[in-house]
Amino acid sequence: MMQVLFYYMAAVTVVSSVLTVTLKQPVYNVLALLTMFFHVAGLYVLLNAEFLAVVQIIVYAGAILVLYLFVLMLLNLRSDARHMHRQWPFAVLILGSVAAMLVGAFAGGGFGGEIGQYSTAYIDSLGGDTQAIGLTLYTDYLLPFEVASLVLLVAMVGAIVLTKKGLVDDQVED
Amino acid sequence: MNNTIPMSNVIALVPEMIIAGFACLVLMFDLVLPKGRKGFLAWFSMAGVAIAAVATWQLMYQTIPAFADTFVVDPYSNFFKMLFYVIVAMTLLMSRGYLTQDRIHIGEYYHFILMVLVGMMMMVSATDLMTVYMGLELVSVTLYIMAAMKRYDSRSTEAGLKYFILGSFASAVLLYGMSIVYGSTGSTRLNEIGAFFTNGDAGVAATSGLILMVVGLAFKIAVAPFHMWAPDVYEGAPTPVTAFMSVGPKAAAFAVTVRILLEAFGGMKAEWQGILMVLAVMTMTVGAIVALVQTSLKRMLAYSSVGHAGYALIGVIAGTDLGTFSVMYYMAIYAVMNLGAFGVIIMLRSSGVVGEQIDDFKGLSKTHPWAALFMLIFMFSLAGIPPTAGFMAKFYIFMAAVEAGYVWLAVVGAVLAAVSAYYYIRLVVVMYMQEPDGAHQVCLGRGLKTALVVSMLVVMAMGVFPTPLVEYVQSAILQVGVVSF
Repeated sequence: MMQVLFYYMAAVTVVSSVLTVTLKQPVYNVLALLTMFFHVAGLYVLLNAEFLAVVQIIVYAGAILVLYLFVLMLLNLRSDARHMHRQWPFAVLILGSVAAMLVGAFAGGGFGGEIGQYSTAYIDSLGGDTQAIGLTLYTDYLLPFEVASLVLLVAMVGAIVLTKKGLVDDQVED
Repeated sequence: MNNTIPMSNVIALVPEMIIAGFACLVLMFDLVLPKGRKGFLAWFSMAGVAIAAVATWQLMYQTIPAFADTFVVDPYSNFFKMLFYVIVAMTLLMSRGYLTQDRIHIGEYYHFILMVLVGMMMMVSATDLMTVYMGLELVSVTLYIMAAMKRYDSRSTEAGLKYFILGSFASAVLLYGMSIVYGSTGSTRLNEIGAFFTNGDAGVAATSGLILMVVGLAFKIAVAPFHMWAPDVYEGAPTPVTAFMSVGPKAAAFAVTVRILLEAFGGMKAEWQGILMVLAVMTMTVGAIVALVQTSLKRMLAYSSVGHAGYALIGVIAGTDLGTFSVMYYMAIYAVMNLGAFGVIIMLRSSGVVGEQIDDFKGLSKTHPWAALFMLIFMFSLAGIPPTAGFMAKFYIFMAAVEAGYVWLAVVGAVLAAVSAYYYIRLVVVMYMQEPDGAHQVCLGRGLKTALVVSMLVVMAMGVFPTPLVEYVQSAILQVGVVSF
């Protein structure tokens, strides 16, 4: 049963991510992306990571995607006739060979199975994966977590610098 | 479970906290300063850098692992931090005139410079894949914005957008590689990954993870065939930003690459040496050949910086102490001479004249003999002609290759260095043997003048009298496995 579910989620994830970049209508792209987010969340549930699954849906499907849709509706984008670049067969060839290489690597028993500190039993002993994430995030990974706040600060300041009227003299020099 | 943060963690992080604090203070002072008085922030940022340098000086020869082994202060990281302080100080000195000229002299510029500095310091001190990634991301996100700061110039916005899209893609590749490495080793700590690879069997999955990580890092240091973004971004970005990003983040990415490859993948040396050899030869070739046909000086220097990354890669490939030494030395010298060369380009930027084409340098020796002489010295140094510092830098790189048994790599490098000397000297010919089209307008502030003189003196002094720097770098070589975590 688990395996069937896994293959369903994985197959839909792959198909919908391909559709995300190939469909012509921007709204369809976004909806394909939404399908992908939901099925990735499903994969997380299969891995006993219910916290990640919920975050995936709330943050990606809920917040980010709605933002995309707003932008699409405000800008009223027309679908571009030439949306596939003429180099796309080349890109498919290269990415296909990289993918084949990775699939070959993993199919040959690349991963040695469960490894490392965070086994399912250990996470259960901490009281579930929400507790486990909280504990590691604020102890072992405290520093990277704090640096993330600096990244967000810079991103906010940058958004203002790049868009605010009157901050930079925008006249084009001849 | 230990829920308190030991004091040693805070001490290890003092220089980073000082810079981050100054970056935030810059934003606040910016609010009260009227337009046209933003120059104060340059001095304020300089003060922050100086205080952080004192803090790093205090920690210089200590080794303090901190934050559950995600961060370390050691002589190796302190060497790079000192180098970054110098780079940032020189960039701050060079920026003001250009920013005013191009009407982008805003307080946020100084905030961004300091934030990139924090990111670079995080990168060189990182001993965990997550810290590496967050530091890298802090640097990259800030640089995307800085590249696009000339909003009215389509080349600048194009540079920012291009850098953003390709850079995010490279970050994703790097992260994917990290996740595979984590999946096959069970740890994100560099030393634990290293222990896994020396004790256990590497396996195919770990190798593919390594390849993806090398690709991601290769993009960040603009190594061929992942260098495509560099010429456009370097050309479009404001020149002080170009000068800064061609030396600072590149040195940081090299530092982190050396640390990851030696500390985490020391047991897979044969694999990464093979990959890097192909990349290094391609990079040096692209840097030497494609630069020959450029007409824009900024593009030419972009390809030249690609080529220099190729030479520094030879030191990484050697994988020995001498190899690490040569990379560190090369990055320091390259930083100073490249900043100097960009400084002369910045000088020629004045109202109505862009001063970025090679033709703009025609007959510079007649109108501004000093500027031409400085440019000549920087070009000779970039080409690696004695007695400049660039010669010593290349010399140590090739010596490391020979010592590690890669004589052919040193020969290829030397031949391609001779080819690339052509386009450096072509600029000298243009400056000295062609007649000027008219008088050159220059915009030479006190800060820029100081930066040019300092870099010229360093380039000459390090070529003639390299011992102090050599001894310092030798004392700061990355020690793998000595630190007991």
